[in-house]
Amino acid sequence: MNLAWILLFLPLVVAAVNQLVLRKNPLVPWVSTGSALATLVISFLLLGKEGTTGFNWATIGDFSLQIGITLDSLSTGMMIVVTGIGTLVHVFSLGYMADDEAKSRYFTGLSLFMFSMTGIVLSSNFAMTFIFWELVGVSSYLLIGHWYQKDSAADAAKKAFITNRIGDFGFMVGILLVWSITGTLAFGEMAIPETVSQGMITAAILCIFCGAVGKSAQVPLHVWLPDAMEGPTPVSALIHAATMVAAGVYMLFRVQVSLGADVFDGTAGNVIAWIGGITSLMAALMATQQDDIKRVLAYSTLSQLGYMVMAVGLGGGEAGMFHLFTHAWFKALLFLGSGAVIHACHHEQDIWKMGGLLRKMPITGFTFLIGTAALIAVPFVTSGFYSKEEILAAAFGKNKFLFGIAVFVAFLTTFYMTRAFVVAFLGKPRDHGSEHAHEVGPLMFVPLVILAAMAIGSAWLTGPLSAMRPVHEHGHAEGHAIILGASIASLVLGLLAGFALYKGKDKNPVSIPLFRNRFYIDAIYDNYLVRYFQNVLAAIVHFFDELFINGLMVGGLSRAAATTGNLFRRVQSGSLQGYAFAFGLGVVLVIYFTVFH
Amino acid sequence: MPSFLFWLFAVLMLAGGVAVVAFRNPVSSAMSVVASFVGLAALFVGLSAFFVGIIQILVYTGAVMVLFLFIIMLLDLKDEQKRAPKLAPVAAGFALVIAFVIQLVGVLAKMPATTAPKLDQAALASAAGGFNEGGKIATALTAGRLPDVQLIGHTLFTQYNLPLQILGVLLLVATVGVVVLSKKHAD
Amino acid sequence: MATLNDYLLVSGLLFAIGLAGVVLRRNIIVVFMCLELMLSAANLSLVAFSRFHPVNGLPDYNGQMLVFFVITVAAAEVAVGLAIIVALYRARQTIHTDELTSLQG
Repeated sequence: MNLAWILLFLPLVVAAVNQLVLRKNPLVPWVSTGSALATLVISFLLLGKEGTTGFNWATIGDFSLQIGITLDSLSTGMMIVVTGIGTLVHVFSLGYMADDEAKSRYFTGLSLFMFSMTGIVLSSNFAMTFIFWELVGVSSYLLIGHWYQKDSAADAAKKAFITNRIGDFGFMVGILLVWSITGTLAFGEMAIPETVSQGMITAAILCIFCGAVGKSAQVPLHVWLPDAMEGPTPVSALIHAATMVAAGVYMLFRVQVSLGADVFDGTAGNVIAWIGGITSLMAALMATQQDDIKRVLAYSTLSQLGYMVMAVGLGGGEAGMFHLFTHAWFKALLFLGSGAVIHACHHEQDIWKMGGLLRKMPITGFTFLIGTAALIAVPFVTSGFYSKEEILAAAFGKNKFLFGIAVFVAFLTTFYMTRAFVVAFLGKPRDHGSEHAHEVGPLMFVPLVILAAMAIGSAWLTGPLSAMRPVHEHGHAEGHAIILGASIASLVLGLLAGFALYKGKDKNPVSIPLFRNRFYIDAIYDNYLVRYFQNVLAAIVHFFDELFINGLMVGGLSRAAATTGNLFRRVQSGSLQGYAFAFGLGVVLVIYFTVFH
Repeated sequence: MPSFLFWLFAVLMLAGGVAVVAFRNPVSSAMSVVASFVGLAALFVGLSAFFVGIIQILVYTGAVMVLFLFIIMLLDLKDEQKRAPKLAPVAAGFALVIAFVIQLVGVLAKMPATTAPKLDQAALASAAGGFNEGGKIATALTAGRLPDVQLIGHTLFTQYNLPLQILGVLLLVATVGVVVLSKKHAD
Repeated sequence: MATLNDYLLVSGLLFAIGLAGVVLRRNIIVVFMCLELMLSAANLSLVAFSRFHPVNGLPDYNGQMLVFFVITVAAAEVAVGLAIIVALYRARQTIHTDELTSLQG
């Protein structure tokens, strides 16, 4: 168990040392990377361990908040994902951020993130989860806003943080509801008493789901994730594709394991599944019209997260986790690949200005191709195929309509990834940036190669990670054929459509403003919700601030002091007789009080 | 002291005091102070404090008041100009004084009236035992006289020697201070 | 015979007159004189107590000692005070207390 504590606190210590001791020392990136590697080793050592430990952190009456660690197949497996991708991202960043002036801050942020994420994964109770939930929010904020000199980055960081706060509010209410229902916050001890009404449970689950909606960027709080791409690309790979955004799914699955899958039957599960389905559909549609390579991937992430959430909502949490596990590797691969491309093309992110990169950057190109293959679920050889099959199977068993959506999303996924790959990597260079692009250094392509291997192989590596791989039910054999058929058909159709539309094109041949402008959701939020809400709130706060804080508290105190001072200033008249009179009055009063009183 | 003389000098003293406050011309005020202090010295003598009465005349009326007059002349002060008297401060001043007097009367009204113990020959002779036999004090006391100056000197140089020395230093300091203050700055 | 109360009354009245002068007069020299009056009033009550509370059949000379010291200190005080007034007059061309208000807050 001591290893687990080291695993949790090592990144924090490293972050603190980096920030407080080393500061701008060139050692900082290496220290952070070393700690990430160390946590990876520890994670491997912890595989298969089980147990719970913890200490009381704060005790209020007979209620105490615990800081505790739960080790089981779920958390140890997830730790492999977090530390594995974390390590690779650290290594990649050594190359990617080599010229950045503030890399100390960047690596400190990464270490802080590793600490927070580890906390969520290992947490043994809801309170601790919530604390670390907020901590990942903070580190995500810091990393998105790494280039805070850019307004867009600063805005995106704020947007991410605030949007997450909205979800977190629901999450907190949900935690309190769960506490009131079960009387405990520890995952291991939760049991729903018989007397609790179904509505109450549904409400609690949905409130907790709010947290996942925020963190995993589900509709309607999905708006922050595409903007979060303003951060450095390795951050996008680690936080906004592989780990943090998956925290919502992980947490939902934790709840599902703790409370029993049957609580997700009925309204709660349906709502979750539908939100997941809608998110995946909308995100996939938006992805088809994005020009920024990172945004394509960002919407793709949204879409895949929607898959996972849908799976959890349908009671197939294992399928969701499995997809989370495989998706983490190949999405990290895709993001790092795009990072390599962006790095090579002098920070050009528009795919229409790239082209022909496969020849210029063969390693990056082929690993990107492998990642794409995994994402579009090329049958039998890629890990993405197996996990997607599981989700489709879960959907097929529970809800045929959602199954249809999922298949359509699979088609769209193939389509937009084909588009991105064809436009960016094939054809001719369309810009001098891509013309002069050349292969990135080993610090960057080695992680790509490792991730490419994982993109293919992770589905088979789940032996020790039993929670990541659902026990296959051979219940619907005839359904299996339909699922496989639909999946392959969508793949083929998507490839054909993608190639047909975009092969050899230098300009965007199709423009669908609705998708391109993200269903105008951001605009609606900005123009109506945020503005009015903000204005009303600002007016209230301003009123409060002016009247109470400024007027009564701060201003009142200072005015009181000034008034008293002015009063006493009168006494200091400078008139000798005045002083003499006061003195005589004092004497008379002293006589009065000593003799007569 | 017969009551008649007491009241005579008391009234002289108080009238002088009132005149000090009432006169507009500082020279008149100073002369009134002299009159008042003469009455006061007479009261001291009436209390058998001959030495104090005499230095009251010598030091106050003789030295201090002359100094006052000298300064008044030096500064060549005009009469206090007539100003519209501010009613509030004047009323407040009077109220204060009246309150003080009322309190004074209140205190004295509660005190039993004590008369002065007699200093006749028998009383004085009995006090002679505390002094050197054959000394001036003892001789005078035995003879029924009060050797006021000798007694003062005796007390001063036996019990109050150190304060006397300090007083001397104080006077020296005051002298130096006055010289420094009065000196025109040579810059 | 005059009683102790008579002396104390007279002394208190002199003190009150001095106080009135201090509070009412505007000429700083006169104010100073009034202060002397108040000191003398205190002296009178001291001597009266000394006479009316004898020790060993003699007046209490400790009281008269105090009077002696008060007179001496008052003389020193007058010397210094008048020097200050002279210096003040040189600096401000006035000894009118209404015009000496540089201590005003």
